[in-house]
Amino acid sequence: MNSSSFVAIDDINKQELLDLLERTRYFEEHPNSKILDGRVVATLFFEPSTRTRLSFETAVNRLGGRVIGFSDASTSSTSKGETLKDTIKMVSNYADIIVMRHFLEGAAQYATEVTDVPIVNAGDGANQHPSQTLLDLYSILKTQGRLEGLVITMVGDLKYGRTVHSLLMAMRHFKPVFNFVSSPELRMPEEYIRLCDREGIEYHEYTDFSKEVIDSSDIIYMTRVQRERFSDIMEYERVKNLYTLRNAMLDGSKPTVRILHPLPRVNEINTDVDDNPKAYYFEQARNGVFARQAILTRALGIDPLKL
Amino acid sequence: MRNDKKELAVAALRNGTVIDHIPTEALFRVVRILGIEEMSTSVTIGYNLESHRFGRKGIIKVADVEFAEDVLNRIAIVAPTAMVNIIRDYEVVEKRPVTLPDELTGIVRCTNPKCITNNEPMHTRFRVTDRDTITVRCLYCNHVYRGDEIEIER
Repeated sequence: MNSSSFVAIDDINKQELLDLLERTRYFEEHPNSKILDGRVVATLFFEPSTRTRLSFETAVNRLGGRVIGFSDASTSSTSKGETLKDTIKMVSNYADIIVMRHFLEGAAQYATEVTDVPIVNAGDGANQHPSQTLLDLYSILKTQGRLEGLVITMVGDLKYGRTVHSLLMAMRHFKPVFNFVSSPELRMPEEYIRLCDREGIEYHEYTDFSKEVIDSSDIIYMTRVQRERFSDIMEYERVKNLYTLRNAMLDGSKPTVRILHPLPRVNEINTDVDDNPKAYYFEQARNGVFARQAILTRALGIDPLKL
Repeated sequence: MRNDKKELAVAALRNGTVIDHIPTEALFRVVRILGIEEMSTSVTIGYNLESHRFGRKGIIKVADVEFAEDVLNRIAIVAPTAMVNIIRDYEVVEKRPVTLPDELTGIVRCTNPKCITNNEPMHTRFRVTDRDTITVRCLYCNHVYRGDEIEIER
């Protein structure tokens, strides 16, 4: 793999994570500059994702870079049967860096093996979405003032939800306590449970989204429970409202607790939570632009702190 | 071994490689990994032979071929107990177990239909994450396979 690429959060060590968070903080303070002046960034979205694409393109535009690319595979030569390898090789001739989202898992990893141009993974199927993780981590750091020793409660779809898996992998460096709240059918996969055991990370599994769990939390990370994840529709109907957060449930919670959600939300956070100062999911999305500015400059080998 | 006589009657190798102590259920997967179907030298394949250690075992005798070590080590993914004997002039000149490599390229198939390896002309790559339980992880889509779940390419 070409070393400056950003493909999976597991590839990033603690020091690199801290460096990225430092850069993110810098860009929050200095979101507009010309440090990407003269650079061309390709955004290749083989699968549409308006939110992620706009966030990356905003990040580039605010730093004075130019964007080329496509927002849908049907407008690219993929629809003519071109292999991913050929598309990446072709675009590598034009751009200084490639941001890509693909419906196939492992696509970004493979792209790093066929080009020397840095690849930034903007999501590969159900596999990885590391820029989301960085913005989650930054949101936690910003709202709590630290990353070490926090109680992180993850709620909803812990089986298929890639954001919770990546967040777990990133937070493992910072001595967290995890609460995993889900129906038995959607519990945290065995490999992550074993990883916690191996690394001596404290965790508790619950099927009840109880007051006790909520009141002990520093961060409550909500995820969407999707109907299509259930083999048994009756089971979905039974659990779909068990993991919905309502404003009244936060009455006894810590004043510093913050509610995060990768968005889009459906009904797992009731709209009556939105005006509670503990709700942070909209600001969380705003941090995405700064996190992506950090990722892009790191991949291009530009240190904003030394300019 | 007590029943040497019977086995020797089948194939006493002058030169070549004997792979012994293959779990019976893994035998044909080993045949495939080694590409024996494409070989032109004489090969003896023993299936369901009696074994003191396993009850039943498989054995493969390939005349006039000495495999590269990395080729032989590939079979450890399905037959970790296999023993390799190199024969020269009817003598066993080397006897060693197979060892599972850290990474497997183009051997294991990823059964995730949404994995890039099933959609591009490319080799699969797997990392061995646990040697005791024989667990491997796809280096592209990160799917994990253990023991019998592991499928061989082709």
